[in-house]
Amino acid sequence: MARRARRILPGYGLTLGLTWFYLGLLVIIPLSSLFLKTFTMSWDQFWGTVASARALAAYRLTFGASLAAALINAVFGLLVAWVLVRYRFPGKALVDALVDLPFALPTAVAGLTLTALYSSNGWYGRYLEAAGIQVAFTSLGVAVALTFIGLPFVVRTVQPVLEDIDADVEEAAATLGATPWETFTRVIFPSILPALLSGFTLALARALGEYGSVVFISGNMPMRTEIAPLLIITQLEQYDYAGATAIAVVMLTASFALLLAVNLLQRWSRRRLEARPS
Amino acid sequence: MPTVSTGVRSQRSRTHSLLLLAALLPLLHGCSKPSGEGSEAVTLLNVSYDPTREFYEEFNAAFVKQWEAKNGKKLSIKQSHGGSGKQARAVIDGLEADVVTLALAYDVDMLHDKAGLIPENWQTRLETNSSPYTSTIVFVVRKGNPKGVRDWEDLVQPGISVITPNPKTSGGARWNYLAAWGHALRQQGGDDAKAQEFITRLFRNVPVLDSGARGATTTFAERGLGDVLLAWENEALLLTEEVGKERFEIIVPSESILAEPPVTVVDKNVDKRGTRAVAEAYLKHLYSDEGQEIAAKHHYRPRSPAIAAKYASHFPPVKLFTIDEAFGGWRKAQQTHFDDGGIFDRIYAPKSQ
Repeated sequence: MARRARRILPGYGLTLGLTWFYLGLLVIIPLSSLFLKTFTMSWDQFWGTVASARALAAYRLTFGASLAAALINAVFGLLVAWVLVRYRFPGKALVDALVDLPFALPTAVAGLTLTALYSSNGWYGRYLEAAGIQVAFTSLGVAVALTFIGLPFVVRTVQPVLEDIDADVEEAAATLGATPWETFTRVIFPSILPALLSGFTLALARALGEYGSVVFISGNMPMRTEIAPLLIITQLEQYDYAGATAIAVVMLTASFALLLAVNLLQRWSRRRLEARPS
Repeated sequence: MPTVSTGVRSQRSRTHSLLLLAALLPLLHGCSKPSGEGSEAVTLLNVSYDPTREFYEEFNAAFVKQWEAKNGKKLSIKQSHGGSGKQARAVIDGLEADVVTLALAYDVDMLHDKAGLIPENWQTRLETNSSPYTSTIVFVVRKGNPKGVRDWEDLVQPGISVITPNPKTSGGARWNYLAAWGHALRQQGGDDAKAQEFITRLFRNVPVLDSGARGATTTFAERGLGDVLLAWENEALLLTEEVGKERFEIIVPSESILAEPPVTVVDKNVDKRGTRAVAEAYLKHLYSDEGQEIAAKHHYRPRSPAIAAKYASHFPPVKLFTIDEAFGGWRKAQQTHFDDGGIFDRIYAPKSQ
């Protein structure tokens, strides 16, 4: 934080104004028009659309699978970041580049590929099915797709923080008699926790809005494997723009609340960290 | 969002600037408008649905040739393909289509209902319900027909797995559903209750609801899921003839629905762009011998009796009912079956309700 000097460049007023204008143009206006669109519905219509049994099942699946995927990514993304930072091995540059691929791949391609792999005659699917586990066309498949697209977020937020931790901190802990596990849980983990939470939030946010990859692997069965974004498309196919925006508003509100909560948690953990004598 | 270190910040801002760029791209796109009358080259935009791509490529070339010979003016035709409903929404939202050639009349009706782009009686403006070619719904099974599927009744038997897309998101799937419903309705002693039971049993046998027809075809053909694929006849012929005659065969049921993909000029757009004459000639040409022949070659059933006779071996005879006969038109069918709370939703409603 020491590197950030106060106002090296002048023009704070101008840039703040520009920031508000820019955010207004790109985020606030589009999103508020979304809310306005739902005002064309009566309260009963709105409620009937957003609280139908089918919509509730879709929210459950969307939020549940997104949370599961973000948690999996938090654990394994941390592991990948750790390996990338702490070890040298042949092909490291390649692995590093591979991490970013889910960013660049069109999600529909991801969905098609994953479905091909996990369906009953696919490379993974045929063995999983033999073991009694069905992935494609179940909610498990949804979680798999969301995990795939969310992976880079955790790796890329944790990686630079891990790089910043000097080895001498660990050495110091060791000389003070800490076991490796203690060093990890009490020295390293607290300092990467805020970054980990931040990566978790990004992966979660990405998963909540995901459509392309999921429609292929989920099978889209109403009440069972139908995600909320598909329900929005369904409303549009019925030319029900207000209905589509109503579900979108619910998703938006719930996502925002969730993201805000994780952000507050992240802020709290950072503050706790900074308060500690280091 | 609070940030943690400079490393994170630069990473995140990189992500953000990428997102920003993605958000801005649509604004940059579409700055150039197609030229209307006055410039030497006239352009026409045909907004169509997915499986007509190859058909219109060939038809456009044929039409341009005869139009330019007759009028001595340059003409270029652009085509746009996608899901039928999505294409209709694009036109409603301002895509300047001169003509639309969609999968079902309901989508075209919405151009009138939602945006007033065409008059209400649009479907009477051209012969045969404004649909120059037709198709029907058939079954595709695996080679040798291992499950012995012959007719609609076989689809509701236990142990049969049927692949059809989601009628909520796919126009083609709505034809599939209505064909099955119409068949059940027309059976001895058939009524709405019987038909609903039939449809419910049928959809119990559907393991996956793809969002579009091509997705369902992929599920059936590539993933190897299901015993029967419900498909438009033209799609089924395309699949068996060009992808795998040794892998699939087509079963034509005893009766099915007459699928009438409609075409119309988009009045507001052609009047604004001054392209009415060429747009109308374009659609009329679909009814000409040349147009009918190209349609037949691309597996659509031609309306012209002469051309139909020529391709008789290609299209086996099947008893066909229309959507007007069996359902009282698209609007009614859509409302009863596919709108929220309609019969299709009730199939999947939890039992406790």
